[in-house]
Amino acid sequence: MARKLPMYKAISEAIAQEMEKDNSIFVMGEDIGAYGGIFGATTGLLQKFGNERVKDTPISESAFIGGALGAASKGMRPIAELMFVDFFGVAMDQIYNHIAKAHYMSDGHVKMPIVIMTAIGGGYSDAAQHSQCLYGLFAHVPGLKIVIPSNSYDAKGLMISSLRDDNPVMYFFHKGLMGLGWMPSPDEAAVEVPEEAYTIPLGEAKIVKEGKDITIATVSRMVYEALWATKELENEGISAEIIDLRTLVPLDKKALIDSVKKTGRLLVVDEDYRSYGMTGEIVSLVSEEMAHNLKVPPRRLAYPDVPIPYSRTLEKFVLPDKDKIKIIIKEMMK
Amino acid sequence: MAGISNETLLSMYKTMYKIRTYEEALGSIYYEGKSPAFDISAGPIPGELHLSSGQEATAVGVCTHLNPEDAVVSTHRAHHFAIAKGVSLKEMTAEIFGKATGLSSGKGGHMHLFDPNVNFSCSGIVGASFPQATGIGIAAKIQGKDYVAVAVGGDGAANQGTFHESLNLAALWKLPVIFVIEDNSWAISVEKDKSTSVGKNSERAKAYGIPGVYVDGANVIAVYEIAKEAVERARRGEGPSLIEVKVYRFRGHFEGDPQLYRTKEDLEEAKLKDPLKNLEKQLIDRKIINEDKLKKTQDKIEMEIAEIIEFARQSPYPEPKAALENVFHRG
Repeated sequence: MARKLPMYKAISEAIAQEMEKDNSIFVMGEDIGAYGGIFGATTGLLQKFGNERVKDTPISESAFIGGALGAASKGMRPIAELMFVDFFGVAMDQIYNHIAKAHYMSDGHVKMPIVIMTAIGGGYSDAAQHSQCLYGLFAHVPGLKIVIPSNSYDAKGLMISSLRDDNPVMYFFHKGLMGLGWMPSPDEAAVEVPEEAYTIPLGEAKIVKEGKDITIATVSRMVYEALWATKELENEGISAEIIDLRTLVPLDKKALIDSVKKTGRLLVVDEDYRSYGMTGEIVSLVSEEMAHNLKVPPRRLAYPDVPIPYSRTLEKFVLPDKDKIKIIIKEMMK
Repeated sequence: MAGISNETLLSMYKTMYKIRTYEEALGSIYYEGKSPAFDISAGPIPGELHLSSGQEATAVGVCTHLNPEDAVVSTHRAHHFAIAKGVSLKEMTAEIFGKATGLSSGKGGHMHLFDPNVNFSCSGIVGASFPQATGIGIAAKIQGKDYVAVAVGGDGAANQGTFHESLNLAALWKLPVIFVIEDNSWAISVEKDKSTSVGKNSERAKAYGIPGVYVDGANVIAVYEIAKEAVERARRGEGPSLIEVKVYRFRGHFEGDPQLYRTKEDLEEAKLKDPLKNLEKQLIDRKIINEDKLKKTQDKIEMEIAEIIEFARQSPYPEPKAALENVFHRG
């Protein structure tokens, strides 16, 4: 039986179902117990599983993320919630120097089945230290899988796959997709979700909308900005294809190349910073493969290289959205 | 010395002698191929090498109480703990030589030794061990098992946030963790009293409501006794302890360290408090072993180490393309 679920409930349901099946899964983080996670991702878990497996931690990200590594080395499969991705700085050593590298440095003798889930995204005036995406930064480091769901169906299937993966997975949920009553979220993100457990393989992109003139590759909340933009452009006779990459590591290169082969045009849209990030990576990857077959040079729309401003007018000016997407597409179609 | 059998004393001596012999051997091999001009990338052991001569008593005094199920998470200076924990010395040496037969087939090196068979790991990042050992304690508690975790750090590491975060968390959740600080007085070149607000890090235990003890690392028996209490307390589920051990690092921070920050006289004086010599003297004085048997024991260990080093030297280097393997676990 499927029912319409907001993303936060799909995530917590996925975790609960896996915890029921697998005693080695437990959750640690700040306010993930009675509160259910500031963004609801652990709703109901404490009541179901008790405080031995659902642990509210002190504000000590190094200790509990490093703790996840220690527990994993003893056969556990920890989930650590980093409340906002912006807080990674205080725990990054444990993430990129240890969790990401232990498997390689031990030549495969040590497995790190850890899920670090974290909130991303802006658009609600939370300013420079609570609005970033930063998945590009983690995707840059070898050894971490990068999962970024854009709707509740994907969120559940990708979470279950993440929990069953023997590698460290960084799971990024956008605050503005969670379907929280107190934060705007597109209705389209809350879709039908089967009650039973199911998986979506990591490394499979999804064609959100088929089209023939241009490929828009994106993730997370920008999927909807792209959808809204292309709907409006349909009236002008432009047919855009939208690819939700869903995971950056591993990346579904084939889906991307196949689409661009068909359309001959590529626009990459990203809410993460522009330089040295996802947009640059996707553009160069496609260019290396088929630069000569492109009808126009590839373009990218991303967060400009400025910290995220507070005031509504300022933030709106820099945040990629459907209007900015439309302008670029029209330029590319000239 | 009540409660320590002669057998245990002898066994501790052998391990300490093994560590010393090993470290001194590596300390001389390290300079092969690095002259006339010192080139850190050259020779059979390239890169950094942090040796533990002088600090043997900490590792041996603590690890004597541990089973293979118990975990040790150590530091960049980890050989003494690795040996005392029972890490395969053959594979560890091959790893340090960068060989395909090494613990990690040459991908880890001397600061990144992993031996899951005896639950040993270490890291090149100062202060990284504390949260990881704390997490092992979390696992023990959830699994309802009685293994314990030892986190090792130098006195410099006790000024990292990870140390304080982990002490708080381990104390809060009564985790079976033993925090061991090796106070060798130097954070590379900076003296402890120029970096640390209290004379003894063990005093910091008070802030977290757990036992904190300062012990003389020239006396392995003292370390053994203190560690026994801490390990038993952890196994009983009564929570963590902090042990700070006063040690002397007989060699530089790393090989090639000009050691301009300390005088030769200081070092010579420190060497008078050699934990290995101390134990040796006690074994002879108390007639636990005679000179002849002692010599035979030493010869045997030296031979074993010579063989291990020969194995590492003769082992092949890994296939270059193996560099691209095992970033992720497959299957």
